Amino acid sequence: MRLRVNPIRCVAHGLCAEWLPESIRLDQWGYPIVDEPELAPELVEHARRAADACPTLALLLESDGA
Amino acid sequence: MMATAVQQLLPRLLVGVGDRAMVHLDEHLGAHGPLPDLLARAPDQLIELVEVAGVRGHGGASFPAGKKMRAVASRPGPAIVVANGSEGEPASKKDRVLMRELPHLVLDGAAVAARAVGSSDAVIAVAADDERSLRSLESALHQRRQARLHDDPRFELFMVAPRYLSGQESALVNAINGGPGIPTFTPPRPFERGVDRRPTLVQNVETLAHIALIVRHGADWFREVGTSRDPGSVLVTLSGAVTAPGVYEIVHGMPLTELLDIAGLDDELTAVLVGGYFGTWLPTATVPGVRLAGDSLAEHGATLGAGVIVALGVAACPVAESSRIADFFADEGAGQCGPCVHGLDAIAHSIHGLATGTASRHAHSDLERWLAELPRRGACQHPDGAAKFISSSLRTFAADFADHARHGPCDRCRSQVLPTPAVAAQPGRQR
Repeated sequence: MRLRVNPIRCVAHGLCAEWLPESIRLDQWGYPIVDEPELAPELVEHARRAADACPTLALLLESDGA
Repeated sequence: MMATAVQQLLPRLLVGVGDRAMVHLDEHLGAHGPLPDLLARAPDQLIELVEVAGVRGHGGASFPAGKKMRAVASRPGPAIVVANGSEGEPASKKDRVLMRELPHLVLDGAAVAARAVGSSDAVIAVAADDERSLRSLESALHQRRQARLHDDPRFELFMVAPRYLSGQESALVNAINGGPGIPTFTPPRPFERGVDRRPTLVQNVETLAHIALIVRHGADWFREVGTSRDPGSVLVTLSGAVTAPGVYEIVHGMPLTELLDIAGLDDELTAVLVGGYFGTWLPTATVPGVRLAGDSLAEHGATLGAGVIVALGVAACPVAESSRIADFFADEGAGQCGPCVHGLDAIAHSIHGLATGTASRHAHSDLERWLAELPRRGACQHPDGAAKFISSSLRTFAADFADHARHGPCDRCRSQVLPTPAVAAQPGRQR
């Protein structure tokens, strides 16, 4: 599974970085930076929760090949 | 606009250019012969021909044209072709030259592309302020209707906002669909779901013009000039410190110095910008080894892009030039992705500070961070391209930037070589 941000939807609530600090940090304006989009298996569940927590549904989990 | 073909075996595209406003259908057919009967050819044959010829997209991304056609043709449902003549790159004129003077080459290519992907419709997208291209295309379409060219698809001319981003594929599709002409989040990409939700082939007008000749003369003919990776000829728009700026048709692989010699340098060279505003500066010392083809340019971190080449002479200030383009990037963003909106604004502000000697002590470390953080974080490649250009400027002109940061503007800062549309509209604008 891979993480992806829809930058048009994202308005920098920043919840994703709280739910998934292993993969997501914020820039100085509060927008997410995903340094390693590929998710280790043990992070997939956390990533799902982070995606569910995003108020604008801007955090996406894409299965490989999708 | 001067348009010239140089080297042996050329011109290919620029036949009959410069003598009159536009090449009439009869003259066009006289020069190139008729299109072969498209309806007698299987669509797959046409795609294979373009694949074997190896022509790449001339809009900037250099994506293999045949591969793109095949991706569209393999989708279910009726496809549609969009000929991209929006040419939002301020220093590029080659698409305008084609549409104004050789509209039938573009329309022929669109007809071939339409047949290849199984479409009966082709939209020609032109910048709304490009009236001469619109007029030429209109009269060319009139001539074709009179001549009853039975292979032609239904053509439609579409005007897009004259902006840098208008030609970005998803932005173009968005505009044609009646939305704002700004990029959309992908997937779906245009080849999957584009105009009217149909599989959509977006192809630059020069690419189509090459295809119009490939279908007449064959793939082997196309590959007779150029390099194996970049076969054929290419239109470049040369400007800056040359006595004969204009659109040139050259073969891929031509030494950059040869082109500069033909156009005649009128100043000592500081650097050459290759690839447009998403391009790369080549410092003078590297210029002698550079050939105008993908693999040679890649050694210098550059691509030919849409064929824009600007010679910067010592009479120009590279710092002020870079700062104006940094402002341009910030102004020309779609304004919909946070990292791009904030990042490009901060970068433009910081570069302006360096150029005027008013930057903070952290300007360089801030810039380094912002430039590293920008790529791959927008819906389109605007932030990526902007970061590439600014990084190239800071690297190539490091000494000039240091000098300006310490002493403020120089006496060359007010001269302008790289065109920016905002200048005419907002004179004396300061950030």
